[in-house]
Amino acid sequence: MKRLLWLLPVVVLAPLAWAAFAPLEPASRDELFEIPKGTYARRMAGDKVEILPDTIHLTLGLNDQLLLRNHDEVPQQFGPVLIMPGQSFRLPFEVASTYSFACSAHASGQMSVVVAPNPAAGWPRLQWRWQHWKNVYKTETVA
Amino acid sequence: MKRRALLLASLPLPALAATERLKAGVFEPAQAAPEFALKGSDGAALSLARFKGKLVLLVFGFTHCPEVCPTTLATLAQARKQLGPEAADVQVVYVTVDPERDDINRIRQYLTAFDPSFIGGTDTPDTLAAMRKRYGVVAEKIAPKQGNAYGMNHSTSVWLIDRSGKLQAMMPYGHPAKDFVHDLRLLLAAK
Repeated sequence: MKRLLWLLPVVVLAPLAWAAFAPLEPASRDELFEIPKGTYARRMAGDKVEILPDTIHLTLGLNDQLLLRNHDEVPQQFGPVLIMPGQSFRLPFEVASTYSFACSAHASGQMSVVVAPNPAAGWPRLQWRWQHWKNVYKTETVA
Repeated sequence: MKRRALLLASLPLPALAATERLKAGVFEPAQAAPEFALKGSDGAALSLARFKGKLVLLVFGFTHCPEVCPTTLATLAQARKQLGPEAADVQVVYVTVDPERDDINRIRQYLTAFDPSFIGGTDTPDTLAAMRKRYGVVAEKIAPKQGNAYGMNHSTSVWLIDRSGKLQAMMPYGHPAKDFVHDLRLLLAAK
């Protein structure tokens, strides 16, 4: 048993090293938000339906395309644009910055998109992966 | 492999190029841009149908705007210059969100300083509000801190309407002229 102890640091450090240095390869660069069918009817019935948050966080090279899709049967103001039924709007970002849009769908009248630079290898990438896994875990737990 | 090549060959390539590689945000599928009927700064009626066959860059703003409108209009003027002869097929339309202060003469003088080909539009507050609603454009008065010089909070993007009158894309504020040139060339090529 004692002879195998030297393996312990390897077992711990190898995944950390992978998480810090392995390239990030997303399956899709779209950050998708969808308006489900019946949203207008729910709003008319008094339901408070909020789909887009006030601030959306994106990362260059990973999820740097905002994709908004309207599945409802009426046009919907979705962020900065009016989207027709069955229509999508895909907005790419190429520069890390904070973008503000006037938006009547938010109580504040504004929506922000914060685009972060692609995380460099090492500590920033490790932090990004950790945050990403936390979000995935949270989403799956809620679902 | 052969089948995939055949499939690619059967795709409407100009349309694909125009929608997949734009720097602007793209509507999928593109639909007819809402028609409008305003008073034009050139003295003629201003409607979308008037520019069929041209690309229309639609901007909403006001002539007292301290930063966003001058920046956007200067960028569009620069983009038209960089386009060269192709600029003849590009029409910038600037619709006021402040009809109280922006009459036809003021809009004309304001736009001429950027590019004499730009055409502005105004009308009654109700007509302009109805048009903004159809485009999902926001505009609201900001009360002055002192005096009467109020400001306007308004959508700052540029709407890109293709030669057939379809609303293809929306370019957010802040993109440089070269991004407009890039997208306009793609849209001009997609006949």
